[in-house]
Amino acid sequence: MPIHRNAGADTLALHAGQTPDPAHHSRATPIHFTTSYVFESSDHAAALFNQERAGHVYSRISNPTNAVLEERIAALDGGVGAIACASGQAALMLAITTLMGSGGHIVASRSLYGGSHNLLAYTLPRFGIETTFVAPGDLNAWRAAIRPETRLLFGEAICNPSLEVLDIPAVADIAHAARVPLMVDATLVTPALQCPIDLGADLVMHSATKFLGGHGVAIGGLLVDGGSFDWEAAAAHFPTLTEPYDGFHNMDFAEESPIAAFLLRARREGLRDFGACLSPMNAFQILQGIETLGLRMQRHVSNARALVAHLAAHPLVESVAWPELDSHPDKALAARLLPKGCGGVFSFSLKGGRPAGSSFIEALRLFSHLANVGDAKSLAIHPASTTHFRMSAQALLAAGITEGTIRLSAGLEDPSDLIEDLDRGLHAVQKAISR
Amino acid sequence: MKINLPDLHSGHISGHSSYVYTGSRALEPGRPTAVFIHGAGHDHSVWTLQTRYFVSHGWNVIAPDLPGHGRSGGPGLKSIDEMAKWVLAVITELGVRNVMLIGHSMGSLIALQAAATAPGQISRLALVGSVAPMPVAASLLDATLTDRNKAHAMINQWSYTPRTQLGASSIPGLCLTALNERLMQRQAPGVLHTDMAACNAYTGGFDAAAQVRCPSLLLSSALDRMTPPKAIEPLAKAFTGGAPLTRIVLPDAGHAMMSEAPGAVLDALWNFATSPAAHQEAPMI
Repeated sequence: MPIHRNAGADTLALHAGQTPDPAHHSRATPIHFTTSYVFESSDHAAALFNQERAGHVYSRISNPTNAVLEERIAALDGGVGAIACASGQAALMLAITTLMGSGGHIVASRSLYGGSHNLLAYTLPRFGIETTFVAPGDLNAWRAAIRPETRLLFGEAICNPSLEVLDIPAVADIAHAARVPLMVDATLVTPALQCPIDLGADLVMHSATKFLGGHGVAIGGLLVDGGSFDWEAAAAHFPTLTEPYDGFHNMDFAEESPIAAFLLRARREGLRDFGACLSPMNAFQILQGIETLGLRMQRHVSNARALVAHLAAHPLVESVAWPELDSHPDKALAARLLPKGCGGVFSFSLKGGRPAGSSFIEALRLFSHLANVGDAKSLAIHPASTTHFRMSAQALLAAGITEGTIRLSAGLEDPSDLIEDLDRGLHAVQKAISR
Repeated sequence: MKINLPDLHSGHISGHSSYVYTGSRALEPGRPTAVFIHGAGHDHSVWTLQTRYFVSHGWNVIAPDLPGHGRSGGPGLKSIDEMAKWVLAVITELGVRNVMLIGHSMGSLIALQAAATAPGQISRLALVGSVAPMPVAASLLDATLTDRNKAHAMINQWSYTPRTQLGASSIPGLCLTALNERLMQRQAPGVLHTDMAACNAYTGGFDAAAQVRCPSLLLSSALDRMTPPKAIEPLAKAFTGGAPLTRIVLPDAGHAMMSEAPGAVLDALWNFATSPAAHQEAPMI
């Protein structure tokens, strides 16, 4: 059941989590550049450490500027709270390590951001956590991959770079039937386009580096808890949340807070011990971005639509992956789950393979050639010559990529200028093919 | 901890499992005991910060989930009188002494009725976010029966300050209204209506107050729209038993003051609990 919002998303994006600071009445969120906080007394210090009083002790655990960001994203996403992390990868790792240890198992979409795939496929097995990858649209595969030791289902709201749309309500039902939470990486959609918790997800993670910040100046991650998963009902599966923890006053987190147990453990253990906290400077910068999130996402979507329409009609373009196109298999799903639009990232395939892709990228002047998405500036990358350089054509296809695939992140520029730049790239492709 | 208590519906011990939070510590015979009673549609976790402080400062803590709430089994009890008897049964079952009763909202009525029912067993009484009588708006009472989500939204609207409504929190990183909504959703269907109906029907507040013989605290919040401070005047005047009565109004919180102003609530309760006037020993139960 979605959480009732007390204000509209654009209002929350500007105000949630922050009121003018009581000391100086600053309207903007102050940046609390401090590692630590003065205790009023020994008793006050002990009470803060023992979670008897609310407040800040050390900025690795919590910080007032970060708290504004956490409360803002929680309000936007319909969560009971959030934790700001050093990066999206840190948020993913924090979620996983809060839920499971060695012997745990994850079922994940096979269409994931490369960093997430690396963590799940190569790094976590070294720590005894295995992942089974499934096609995101194959509901039977999700169901069949669940084992007794499965502790998490994980997918991206819109898969990168294949642009498949995750059927969150259906995958959430599968997860909940197995008493396992579903976490959704909502980086490409942001709360401006979709709130996965409202659709049945239990946890949401964001790379705030992307559209939430929007400016491309700050790395950050956010982990949001919907507060809807009943950890006690699945107590045997989640001892980290439902059994006394020697490392923090013998606290049984679900006993202290049946609703916020996950966040308690993640903050009291994960941030404390793993230390992947967010700088308050980055939190401030991401907050500045979120203030205009709704407006920016509208423009990202409209620019993406303009670019997609142009490319889809071009003879040098083999295909465009964009869930709003009739040719995309998830069009109906996208219309249902993403009625405000499918974001600003999409991919297309050029005729002519790797040489065509390289020629296109090198001819661009306005699009920046780099490995990122979600900037206010438009971005482009040719996976076959960069991020996926070592992969064969066959391996690329398995990942939903062709040798001529280009991924674009539509920025906020004038769409006519972006189209002119695409035409510049396509002209270079024509010349390369003609040689 | 889990205990088995008398089934007050049928009048015999049926073995309903009841949950009592004790702050992860066993009860110790020599310690004073603070009994924290939650309000309608809630469970023990609304007191988490305050209870942990009492536990680490030499007190036993008993924060039960009322029947039908949280981890406690059985159906919800239908009247404040039944709930008060149940709380007294918990206290008897656990064999604690020198008991301070602390109740929030509906829990305050339960605490008041329990203190009046067994004045010899209760040494201190703290009513948090209280009024008596406690009429429930017809629209809310109806919504608890017909549309839980609407009822939850109404409760949040009236329980939190505008600042919290916009997502600011005294507890870093949490969205307090969402937390409260999820907690109410987690309770069994029908429990919120039963609770609200019990509050609405309770008429014994003035008589109960007159029978209270222990020091009492009325803790209100200036921005409380559920139980506004001015509405507590008639109840305050009904404490005619001669024991000290302390009144505190917190300036910047609403009805959900344990989460909106957790430190101020803790300070008020702790100062009251440890004040000389409140240190009268109650007889052994």
